Amino acid sequence: MKSLADLAALRAKCQAEIAAREKGKTLVIIGMGTCGIAAGAREVQKALEEELAAHNVDNVIIKQTGCIGMCEQEVLVDIARFGEARVTYGKVKPEHVKALVEEHIINGRVVPELVVGRFPDANQDKGFGDVPKYSDIEFCKKQQHLVLEHCGVIDPDSLEEYVALGGYEGLAKALTAMKPEEVIDQVKKSGLRGRGGGGFPTGMKWQFCRNSVADQKYVICNADEGDPGAFMDRSVMEGDPHRMVEGMAIGGYAMGATEGYIYARAEYPLAIKRLRAAIAAAEQAGFLGENIFGSGFNFHLQVKEGAGAFVCGEETALMQSIEGKRGMPRPRPPFPAVSGLWGKPSNINNVETFANVAMIIVKGADWYAGMGTEGSKGTKVFALTGKIKHTGLAEVEMGTTIREIIFEVGGGIANDKKFKAVQIGGPSGGCLPESMLDLPVDYDSLIKAGAMMGSGGLVVMDETTCMVDVARFFLTFTQSESCGKCTPCREGTKRMLEILNRIIDGKGREGDIELLEDLAGVIKDTALCGLGQTAPNPVLATLRYFRDEYEAHIKEHRCPAGACSALTKFVISDRCKGCGLCKRNCPVQAISGEPGKQHMIDTTKCIKCGACMANCPFKAIDRE
Amino acid sequence: MAKVTGAVDKIDYAELDAILAKYAGKQGVLIPVMQDVQNLYNYLPKAALEYVSEKLGIPLAEIYGVVTFYSLFHLNPRGKYISRCCQGTACHVRGGASILNALEAQLGIKPGETTMDGRFTLETVACLGACGLAPVMQIDEDTHGRMTPEKVAKVLAEYN
Repeated sequence: MKSLADLAALRAKCQAEIAAREKGKTLVIIGMGTCGIAAGAREVQKALEEELAAHNVDNVIIKQTGCIGMCEQEVLVDIARFGEARVTYGKVKPEHVKALVEEHIINGRVVPELVVGRFPDANQDKGFGDVPKYSDIEFCKKQQHLVLEHCGVIDPDSLEEYVALGGYEGLAKALTAMKPEEVIDQVKKSGLRGRGGGGFPTGMKWQFCRNSVADQKYVICNADEGDPGAFMDRSVMEGDPHRMVEGMAIGGYAMGATEGYIYARAEYPLAIKRLRAAIAAAEQAGFLGENIFGSGFNFHLQVKEGAGAFVCGEETALMQSIEGKRGMPRPRPPFPAVSGLWGKPSNINNVETFANVAMIIVKGADWYAGMGTEGSKGTKVFALTGKIKHTGLAEVEMGTTIREIIFEVGGGIANDKKFKAVQIGGPSGGCLPESMLDLPVDYDSLIKAGAMMGSGGLVVMDETTCMVDVARFFLTFTQSESCGKCTPCREGTKRMLEILNRIIDGKGREGDIELLEDLAGVIKDTALCGLGQTAPNPVLATLRYFRDEYEAHIKEHRCPAGACSALTKFVISDRCKGCGLCKRNCPVQAISGEPGKQHMIDTTKCIKCGACMANCPFKAIDRE
Repeated sequence: MAKVTGAVDKIDYAELDAILAKYAGKQGVLIPVMQDVQNLYNYLPKAALEYVSEKLGIPLAEIYGVVTFYSLFHLNPRGKYISRCCQGTACHVRGGASILNALEAQLGIKPGETTMDGRFTLETVACLGACGLAPVMQIDEDTHGRMTPEKVAKVLAEYN
């Protein structure tokens, strides 16, 4: 790959080859992200192949794609007959395959009970007018897919498809038409801020690293997406890995670094596999390696697998881990831009940050800065999970309100329960109540409200979630992930956790709330790294908005949400008809009773899982 | 490669040499080497660590420090199947604790332990990133979504 003309020729070739291969064929595209596979995508593919063979249909190409973000609809299957609309089917099971083949693939008729939507294309509306366009579906209306533009659309293992859609144009433009300073200038002007949580301006970070003089510099991608409840980085890596490769290579050129590392969690085996494949393909095609686009710029990229330590998401710890050591943070300065990996100047950005870079170079900083709020530009991908109707990924313009994300994109609360709180920003963030829902999402307003953008996990909670328990959940997590290097984090989080545990066990004492606040302040002020400094946030935020729940646990030994098991028990009332369903569904055989007579729960055996309550047709089981 | 279960009494040093050769001349190789060794034995046998220590010139104490720091490394033999229960936020608010309780009750072990018959090791994991299908558990590489306490026994029965 030696020039822009080479790229243009390659793109034309890719487009022509794809068109020739798919001419006259029906495309069947199956969502093969981790979620899709977990929901049974492989079984669906097998059933499809068998069904097609049984009907002697041979003009079908089965392809894979990444995650389009509609997790609750998995398994997703797209069908596009030649020259007709690409229609997406959701919640597909092997038993549905017969209808999809006989109706849609063979006869061109939509199967209405499974349909989700269709890709908008004016030329292909014919006969599909009843199928809603993606842009008209509730889940998609408010969304703007930039980072996710290819996820769920292209085959992540195909460099050809990425290039055919304009891939590597950003790298080509940067290397052949721009000086490194101009690239940094564009990134600065775009207003892009770090998507990993802190929100530091990316262009400034790149400038610091560029200014450092050294014989070797490193570009590192933090793909150690450790925040429980966040999975947008996994989706980008699984669904559009070349976007990462391109963004990092542009970064390397801008900063004068020739080596790059992607540090990915080992819990994401599929993402690692696809990244490695993308790197190999990019090397083969000349987008990585020596003298890229004839510019004299060399760039080599490799994936490093993590080994299970949340603290390695902290940049100094991450670099220790790449060096093969215990992943413990160290004080800054010196900042990585001055002395990072192996003592050399290094720059670390998160997956989503790098995924934004190429389009900023292609479309320009002004275009990018035209989206979002004054202090936060572009879009942000959120992971919608918890007690929400439509779980999945939502990419919205910065400044969209949390209410719009939860109630419009996410469809509101599942099972008609009442909204209670949304946890935003993972273990470093906080819970926001109903009264804060009209807050626009941007870095600064979230910090002001006592939460933070974090990596963008939005975990929605309803009235049955106990906020003290949520605070304990996060503190249990940060406490066990504390590396132990500094005392405030190692000891402080442990003491806070002990207090929360006794409150939840109904043994809370007068003064415990004040003690928690006191400890939290000290830890925030004195811990060494971001993990410790933000660990008290979930406790502080729940205390700020849900103090009455703490007080109910301590003073009345009562859990208002009915969630804390030490303060509740399950009992079978006289409404019991003795049907035995509870007994059969109890995983620990804690229920006894004869058919037709009232059953009983042995509280010494009961694990309070609630399976009996969920299965009782007479609502005879109470939680007290 | 057939999966090793239980303790390893004999180390094939040629296999370890093959792993070390892959990383010869590279920087920061300890963690990837340990990952490969664990893939081979399903845990990290002491004799293998001693051999790697000698070959890489890294003190055994330092290797011990590294492998005990990271949750994915194991110094004790593990079961034939590794059952991981997700403890992520999304799973937690959707009843992840009840899945772990049911797993503990079914298997009769606590996280970190292996069943007497060597069939299952129970572990917890911070987040599998399949939050849309919460609550989630994993057996080896298979992720099982939309779990309920009642489904636990059914899923376990698929693995013999």
